[in-house]
Amino acid sequence: MMRRFVAGRARNLIASLQRSLSSQSPRNFSSAAAAADIDPSIMSSSSTTPVTAETLNPKVLKCQYAVRGEIVTHAQRLQQELQSKPSSHPFNEILYCNIGNPQSLGQQPITFFREVLALCDHPALLNKSETQGLFSADAIQRAQQILDQIPGRATGAYSHSQGIKGLRDAIAAGIAARDGFPADPNDIFLTDGASPGVHMMMQLLIRSEKDGILCPIPQYPLYSASIALHGGALVPYYLDEAAGWGLEISELKKQLLDAKSKGIVVRALVVINPGNPTGQVLAEGNQREIVEFCKKEGLVLLADEVYQENVYVADKKFHSFKKISRSMGYGEADISLVSFQSISKGFYGECGKRGGYMEVTGFSADVREQIYKVASVNLCSNISGQILASLVMNPPKVGDKSFESFSSEKNGILLSLARRAKILEDAFNNLEGVTCNKAEGAMYLFPRIRLPRKAIEAAEAAKTAPDAFYAHHLLDATGIVVVPGTGFGQVPGTWHFRCTILPQEDKIPAVVSRLTAFHQAFMAEFRD
Amino acid sequence: MSPKPLDYESINENVKKVAYAVRGELYLRASELQKEGKKIIFTNVGNPHALGQKPLTFPRQVVALCQAPFLLDDPNVGLIFPADAIARAKHYLSLTSGGLGAYSDSRGLPGIRKEVAEFIERRDGYPSDPEIIYLTDGASKGVMQILNTIIRGEGDGILVPVPQYPLYSATISLLGGSLVPYYLEETANWGLDVNNVRQSVLQARSRGITVRAMVIINPGNPTGQCLSEANLKEILHFCFQENLVLLADEVYQQNIYQDERPFISAKKVLMDLGAPLSREVQLVSFHTVSKGYWGECGQRGGYFEMTNIPPKTVDEIYKVASVSLSPNVPAQIFLGLMVNPPKPGDISYLKFVTESKAILDSLRRRAHIMTDGFNSCRNVVCNFTEGAMYSFPQIRLPPRAIEAAKNAGKVPDVFYCLKLLEATGISTVPGSGFGQKEGNHRAIWFSFFTVTSFEMSLMLLLSGSST
Repeated sequence: MMRRFVAGRARNLIASLQRSLSSQSPRNFSSAAAAADIDPSIMSSSSTTPVTAETLNPKVLKCQYAVRGEIVTHAQRLQQELQSKPSSHPFNEILYCNIGNPQSLGQQPITFFREVLALCDHPALLNKSETQGLFSADAIQRAQQILDQIPGRATGAYSHSQGIKGLRDAIAAGIAARDGFPADPNDIFLTDGASPGVHMMMQLLIRSEKDGILCPIPQYPLYSASIALHGGALVPYYLDEAAGWGLEISELKKQLLDAKSKGIVVRALVVINPGNPTGQVLAEGNQREIVEFCKKEGLVLLADEVYQENVYVADKKFHSFKKISRSMGYGEADISLVSFQSISKGFYGECGKRGGYMEVTGFSADVREQIYKVASVNLCSNISGQILASLVMNPPKVGDKSFESFSSEKNGILLSLARRAKILEDAFNNLEGVTCNKAEGAMYLFPRIRLPRKAIEAAEAAKTAPDAFYAHHLLDATGIVVVPGTGFGQVPGTWHFRCTILPQEDKIPAVVSRLTAFHQAFMAEFRD
Repeated sequence: MSPKPLDYESINENVKKVAYAVRGELYLRASELQKEGKKIIFTNVGNPHALGQKPLTFPRQVVALCQAPFLLDDPNVGLIFPADAIARAKHYLSLTSGGLGAYSDSRGLPGIRKEVAEFIERRDGYPSDPEIIYLTDGASKGVMQILNTIIRGEGDGILVPVPQYPLYSATISLLGGSLVPYYLEETANWGLDVNNVRQSVLQARSRGITVRAMVIINPGNPTGQCLSEANLKEILHFCFQENLVLLADEVYQQNIYQDERPFISAKKVLMDLGAPLSREVQLVSFHTVSKGYWGECGQRGGYFEMTNIPPKTVDEIYKVASVSLSPNVPAQIFLGLMVNPPKPGDISYLKFVTESKAILDSLRRRAHIMTDGFNSCRNVVCNFTEGAMYSFPQIRLPPRAIEAAKNAGKVPDVFYCLKLLEATGISTVPGSGFGQKEGNHRAIWFSFFTVTSFEMSLMLLLSGSST
């Protein structure tokens, strides 16, 4: 049984911890400090203490991650109740719309990728004649090619700490083909998902709580969590909901100045494009302004581009920040840029494999040595994920045997995602007091809910943020799990929740009708 | 050109302090030479498959089927996969929620954690709770997570054996804590004397350090010694008295090359001690698929089991694990297979046992060959490798060699290892990377996967002539 933990409820930090943390608390989330109740058994303990909540690293206590937070604990409890007593709730399944985990909701993996992986996992298959009948010829060929690039064809060996060279070559070629500008395999660090790369950069950049990182609000809470874990300061910049979650340079400048006036040294700017949870795809002009801003202010640009293959609107296109910078004539000497990509998203959705990379450009050799050194302590990322990253950046091409089936799988998934994004966006906009910006990309909708005063008062009485209150009620009534906007940050006084667009299409009508019915009932109950 | 936003001066100091010799200077030089076309034998890291050890067949069959479940629908699948591999693949797929491509529970798939718990129970004779077993992307990540939970600042000290696997020193540096060394006794086959540990603790406390945890590596890395039951009891009593969390790195538990001291887990000894220790002493035990006779380093699979850690602390550890979403699923399956291998009567049992035994027997032989080989060299003394995967011989370098090293601006053992590399292509790790007692002796660490008899005699030749 899942142990409950306390994220999302307001508890008092133990006084001494609170004093040391008060200078760092981000003001724009109402996510509560995650302190524990004082364990009575430690009150009488001596000054050398074992590992209890009182003696934990305070940065761990401060860190929050709502995507798998309290709402999920609640959902898992309901799921267990459903298992033991199927009629105990007004729904017969829990629908996890809290996390971008496509294959857990029925999305199929890309066949070609899995063929290559299976062959690399068990190369003995390549010696069997039956294999020709079970695997496509180009998958066999690609597996051979990949194995030839691995010393000793040993997929069970630790690789180079940046990842297998041949795979980095393929990724660099893929980046160059995408952008029209060259990429250097030595700039690439393959990681267990994009998240460890983000942690590495935060580790390098944050020296103390005086080092600040500019983050979009709302943001994917990996950033706030990572900054807290590394003891830095999150410097928020607000995306403009009224302007389709647009990013205004004037807002960046304002927040930068504000931070500086408080003695914070701002080290980097995080941009998530396409956005999470907001889904906006930046316009090229906007991106150029951002690059200029970073160059002028001496900031490292941390470009989270994991949703680069998830764009659903015809009038927007993904452009990497690397491409934008190079097209502006800016090279290694001009802009320090780290670009993150992952195998978890796009149309491949291989979350469970933990694969991704960061492309690190515009840093001096001795800094890169330090990045390498940190990567080497963990030896290397998992080989399966490395192989997938190379396949994602170098997929079947026109003329390849698998190209047609690959394309049809890819387009099928992307078109379906676009359809679901639209259906859910419309559904949310039809709810009383709810507005929802279009999901131009990524995998989420982030509707704004305007809650009646009675609801807000009830939430306060329950010591819960209003959007968490709404989300828990939604879960209890429908089995649908969404993440309260509090977990991502939002303009104070506004409330949102993040819902993925990932349930399979045949489930969407039920999701819409249950959600709509719930909302009507909720508003009826709490209407002013 | 204006200073870059992140230049060397403005990097987090803790990062700069980190040293990880396993992939440091020697390895980088070896890689350079390899690029120039020289044949290099990498013995710097416990990476069996890179040196010719073959993966076990059964797990690779199972995972391949899990990667490509469409194979299971093909009528011809039985022609190239044995029935038990097919059944096992279906079993593991049923434990996932969406196959290998879905994030699992942040602690790892419940079904696999249950298999791990059952393994631990069979091994130790005491129940194990799957709820407090966390699967991780390699044991290293688990170590980092736990140390990150404990270390608040430089006032917090972690007892670490010297010599040690430099993951510990590197992680403590990165987290801004203090490493409190305790010395293993080379003359007593790298034995652990609790009096040494007590000394270290007193010294640390006198410097104002709060000692929080004690790391033991059993079997040892780089030293290979296997702790006796008596030793483990002493250590547990010590941790109880001094209020320390015991961090038991047991990743080499399958690599035992002598029969006097079989592997006993810290958990078993703790439970055997009974109350109050069995209910009070806090323990975290680490294991992996990278070592043993599996050697599946590239999968990045490991786990840690917590004992007597308070629920609220476990919640915080869970919270941090959730930020990384989940450990990679294929490695979780490898872990499941490792703790739950083919059984007598299974179709694949005979092949599995034959493959496993061959690897272990070979490792045991090589442990003897290497130890004897080193001991037969002039000015080299080498303890027997009781377990793990490494030889850690002590080389007494002549004064002229030490002088030459100084002139080259190198630590003597680094100097020796570089010369060895240039002459033979054998890439090792200097003892200074693991920590060693101050004094005239220097040691190199030499992972003994490679070694054909030809290469062995080459190395011996060199050792003989370098003095």
